[in-house]
Amino acid sequence: MTAVPLDADRTDRPALPVSQPPADRTYPLRRALEAVLVPLAALLLAALGFCVFLLWLGKSPETFFSLLWRGAFGSWFSLQNTLVKASPLLLTALCVALPAQLGLVVIGGEGAVVLGGLAAAVAALPFVGLPAPIAWIAMAVAGMAAGGLWIGLTGWFRAARGLNETIVSLLLSYVAIALFNQLVEGPLRDPASLNKPSTYPIGEALALPTLFGSDLHPGLVVGVLACLAFWFLIYRTSFGFAARVTGGNIRAAEVQGLPVARLIILACVMGGACAGLAGSIQVAAVEGSANASLIAGYGYAGILIAFLARHNPLAIPPMAVLLGGISAGGGLIQRRMGLPDATVVVLQGLIFVAILTGETLYGRFAWFGPRAK
Amino acid sequence: MAETSALTTLLVAMLAGALRVSTPFLFVSLGECLTEKSGRINLGNEGVLVFGAMAAYAISYETGNPWIGVLAAAASGAVIGAIHAALCSLRRVSDIAMGIAIMLAGTGLAFFLGKPYVQPSAPLLPPIPLGFWSDVPQIRSALDVSPLFFLGLIVAGVLSWGFRATRIGLTIRIVGDSADAAKAMGLKIERIRILATAAGSALAGIGGAFLSLCYPGSWNEGLSSGQGLMAVALVVFARWNPLTCVAAALLFGAAGALGPSLQTVGITKGYYLFYAAPYVLTLVLMALTVVPGRTLKGMPGELSLTR
Repeated sequence: MTAVPLDADRTDRPALPVSQPPADRTYPLRRALEAVLVPLAALLLAALGFCVFLLWLGKSPETFFSLLWRGAFGSWFSLQNTLVKASPLLLTALCVALPAQLGLVVIGGEGAVVLGGLAAAVAALPFVGLPAPIAWIAMAVAGMAAGGLWIGLTGWFRAARGLNETIVSLLLSYVAIALFNQLVEGPLRDPASLNKPSTYPIGEALALPTLFGSDLHPGLVVGVLACLAFWFLIYRTSFGFAARVTGGNIRAAEVQGLPVARLIILACVMGGACAGLAGSIQVAAVEGSANASLIAGYGYAGILIAFLARHNPLAIPPMAVLLGGISAGGGLIQRRMGLPDATVVVLQGLIFVAILTGETLYGRFAWFGPRAK
Repeated sequence: MAETSALTTLLVAMLAGALRVSTPFLFVSLGECLTEKSGRINLGNEGVLVFGAMAAYAISYETGNPWIGVLAAAASGAVIGAIHAALCSLRRVSDIAMGIAIMLAGTGLAFFLGKPYVQPSAPLLPPIPLGFWSDVPQIRSALDVSPLFFLGLIVAGVLSWGFRATRIGLTIRIVGDSADAAKAMGLKIERIRILATAAGSALAGIGGAFLSLCYPGSWNEGLSSGQGLMAVALVVFARWNPLTCVAAALLFGAAGALGPSLQTVGITKGYYLFYAAPYVLTLVLMALTVVPGRTLKGMPGELSLTR
């Protein structure tokens, strides 16, 4: 593999918000507090900004936020709805957070979700009539392979050709959606699906069961376990250490002889596999076949969550629940307040901008530890 | 009249497509080029494009004059660009991540504020009929070119000349190439970058106005399909040269018109795959033109994109 022409001579590039605060072990508790307080302040600021927006429209912020709360966490029903919405987001956020350890901004997770779902729907068909667990494994493997291949391709373009991974992943995402539409409308289409082109249904027998008589499905558990596993991988293994060194200073990593290109591709493959798995779980647990419902922006929501969590896998579940809650509450707000469905997107956008702006606050206040430069 | 062969029809349709579809690419890539020359990258231009389309359509509907709509699109683009640039000049804020955030916020706001304008029809910009000399209807409609296309050509020329020969152009290039040199000359780096980003986003806003006021000529939420982001790749391909941006935009327009053109001559197999043509083309061009380990000719040194 050729050398990686990354930021060889650049030291003043704004660092990606990676989960660890500036290296400093003097006040671990205060640093931890900083990592919680800054995003909280940003969230609050975004909410305040949104209040101004609502007042300008002549709507009551109080009604909005109380309805949002009710629709997201107010009852067992809405909480379930929130958790179901959050389930795929756990995995798509990992698709952003893993490459981010190496300083990469991968935003094409949507393509991996879509292709993962399609691969799973196809992989399930030979197993119709066989014991379900075998089919589930086949679906998971197919989804992960498709997603891993897709984002891995982004990593390869980055590592071997020096292309910007942000652009490449996004372009590939559009290609994936075109490929998906072509296959679902064409050769893989179930002729019985008239209005909404779909692949052949996997059938009741192969559908993933819901948990404990609720609406929740195993995707939630899989997502949380994946977050835990990747936290361990990043912070407790030599692979994770190498990845974080590369993300901190690529030159240093190259001088140390770390296999930078291989690390980049591997992180992308793992991230893509997570997003692909998210797609296959959506097919197995919710949709029952691959259709346009898979193109629902799970990949894009994942970007937001990963940045909210500062790419720390342990912070992903709470952030996914927050985002899942906002989108679950959106429906209620639409019905009760007569606001368009894009209201929620405006709120998400404001949160995103505020959180990123908050990056500038880290290491500014002396109380949290010595000032960073 | 002699019957036109399938190939002629295809070529005419692709030409028409190139002239139509290229204009938003042209404006967004020129805007992105201006921003990147100052050393910043603006992925938020995708959001600006969508917001510009909405603003242009809404204002054209409210005032009855599409040109005021174009102005509104440019103005809203400038505001969004200035916000992006101002936030990016804070320490530790990554311009790529902020671009994604601005893109989300911009599209969200556009969908929100534009909801009431999905149904009504606003006055559109009348095209300039350059095909009056021909009596082939396809050629006539192919040469109905939007005035914004010519505006784009003029802007490309002005930018090219400006970067080469004016004080403002050289200042932007210095700030983009070496912050140290700019500091040594006493230039106000952040202020120049904010202005360059605002101006670039204003151009991207006009690209959005084209989408809603010329072609396809209506406002809805599926209007843009990543043109704003592809512009970033397009600028790399055009080597940060405004004149090459024109050629690149035309090429992309033709690629985007490939699917619909093939359909007009009866080839419908693989219809959805042809949608992917511009994206695949971008990818292939980027892979071929970016050489590992070598700085590209014309690339601003302070840019965090190709690093």
